[in-house]
Amino acid sequence: MLNTQPNLLACDDFYEALIAAHQGLSTPESHAMNARLVLLLANHIGDQATLQHALQLARGSVVPTADRRTTPAITPVVPTHAVAA
Amino acid sequence: MNPRDIPPEAFHASGAEVQAIDFGYVRSPDQDRAMPAQHPIVVIGAGPVGLSLAIDLAQRGQRVVVLDNDHKLSIGSRAICFAKRTLEIWDRLGVGQRMVDKGVSWNLGKVFLKEEQLYEFNLLPEEGHERPAFINLQQYYAEAYLVERALQLPGIDIRWHNKVTAVAARDNGALLSVETPDGAYQIDAQWLVACDGSRSPTRQMLGLESKGRIFQDRFLIADVKLQGDADFPTERWFWFDPPFHPHQSVLLHRQPDNVWRIDFQLGWDADPEEEKKPENIIPRVQALLGAEAQFELDWASVYTFACLRMDQFVHGRVIFAGDSAHGVSPFGARGANSGVQDAENLAWKLDWVLQGRASPALVATYGPEREYAADENLCNSTRATDFITPKSEVSRLFRDAALHLAREHAFARRIVNSGRLSVPATLHASPLNTPDTDAFAGTQVPGAVLLDAPLTKQGQPTWLLRELGPDFTLLVFGPAPAWARDLPGVTVLQIGIDVIDHQALAAQRLDALPRTVYLVRPDQHVCARWRTPTEAAVRSALARAAAA
Repeated sequence: MLNTQPNLLACDDFYEALIAAHQGLSTPESHAMNARLVLLLANHIGDQATLQHALQLARGSVVPTADRRTTPAITPVVPTHAVAA
Repeated sequence: MNPRDIPPEAFHASGAEVQAIDFGYVRSPDQDRAMPAQHPIVVIGAGPVGLSLAIDLAQRGQRVVVLDNDHKLSIGSRAICFAKRTLEIWDRLGVGQRMVDKGVSWNLGKVFLKEEQLYEFNLLPEEGHERPAFINLQQYYAEAYLVERALQLPGIDIRWHNKVTAVAARDNGALLSVETPDGAYQIDAQWLVACDGSRSPTRQMLGLESKGRIFQDRFLIADVKLQGDADFPTERWFWFDPPFHPHQSVLLHRQPDNVWRIDFQLGWDADPEEEKKPENIIPRVQALLGAEAQFELDWASVYTFACLRMDQFVHGRVIFAGDSAHGVSPFGARGANSGVQDAENLAWKLDWVLQGRASPALVATYGPEREYAADENLCNSTRATDFITPKSEVSRLFRDAALHLAREHAFARRIVNSGRLSVPATLHASPLNTPDTDAFAGTQVPGAVLLDAPLTKQGQPTWLLRELGPDFTLLVFGPAPAWARDLPGVTVLQIGIDVIDHQALAAQRLDALPRTVYLVRPDQHVCARWRTPTEAAVRSALARAAAA
């Protein structure tokens, strides 16, 4: 389970460093950095259940499961091949 | 020409000649009968799946009728990546070496972002496997070698120009109406297997559906034949956002005969009719290959795709296999490869039921086993597609973050998904498995395909998979217990006695100790294993694996 008890030893230092890390970046660059940060930290944590818990707490609601087969019946679209003229 | 009179060298000819082979129509005696002829097994579709199934069944002594509405092999390269597992199955069917000899073997892949190589990967980083991770081979060659093999087997009757126009399923079989160039006739099939592709007329005639997701993207395939030496090595190259095709992805594969397959992602807005025109294709190819490259366009196609599957693959005596049962995106080479695995799963089960060695309950297990495998393939294929074609701003953000990190960090390379390439499904939940009661490490759990390993037999090199029996094999590390010889239809293979595990790779891959025993199914999946089994335990596992 995700540890949500105080665990950051120098939380003010971290927070300052986080904000500083974004200095001089445009908003898109900041978003990109955050995304990389999420992936780096997720890899560090490693455990799927812990990460799933974090996703849920961060979202503040139930995380939807990947929706692969719930769409209604459709007409199959198959590769349409044609020989080049 | 009567297909049986086609000279063998016709199947060894050039790509153009092989594609030109015209399988003549031959009137079947069935067409002159007053009552529909009865056949134990009818397969619809002479593609890689239908042919593999028919060959497997015929090698087991069954008689099979294969109906195909066409009279030619695949036109165009289509499925080009045949996986290690497919080659191992084709080895059992007597065509693996042919495929490997003609195909381009590859294990290495490279991933590029813009003009920069991010990383490379090896799909088969360990030694000691007979077959490579993949060969690239145009589908028409694969089909040609399968047809050639099928024609050698007296049990197979391939009927070209035979179009099934109606299927009436009943409890003990199906009545088929078949149209031919000189009239219609009927066949009474005890078992019917539809391997008739993603559009599956059989599925439609029975009013059955395939459900799933459409992907709103278009791709252009171009097969180009290069003149002179190509600079590209025999590897799978994948570009995200390359300078020669900005904001889209591109995939390059080498095929035999110096033909290169290039897949260009086009986006949903592309006009397929425009993109199919050679005058629009050639500049795209030229931009990739460089201004100096001399090439000619061999075949091209624009495609969209959906990931979908039928709810159930078994409908009484009518069974669906390959694309007719499930369709995946092309990323990961999971289409034809999973279809050939369907065929292998089904062949021994049908054979056992027709021989009276098992009840139809055994054939019914094909359904859940291959539906599970299809879900795994669909899942992987969908994830790859979502990675390659992000559906939202945030998914593009994370996709790009993963690509960015992949330059430096191994963990991120594992997140980058340009297609998780086909590996056989491990049938974890199969009712035919006997769960472990002893502790084992590694991947060879009940439900897994047995891993290959190099062995020697009477001083000659051989391979573990080649030494397995046609039915069940009891693999014993060390001397087999006396009772093992009395197990019906079971080949006993003693590692260290019948064959020598000289590199100890079999023992290592199977986490084996002296007296360890694996029970392997006819389709080479592990179904049970023990440290030291009793006869009762093995007999019980055998019965379970035959759905007794």
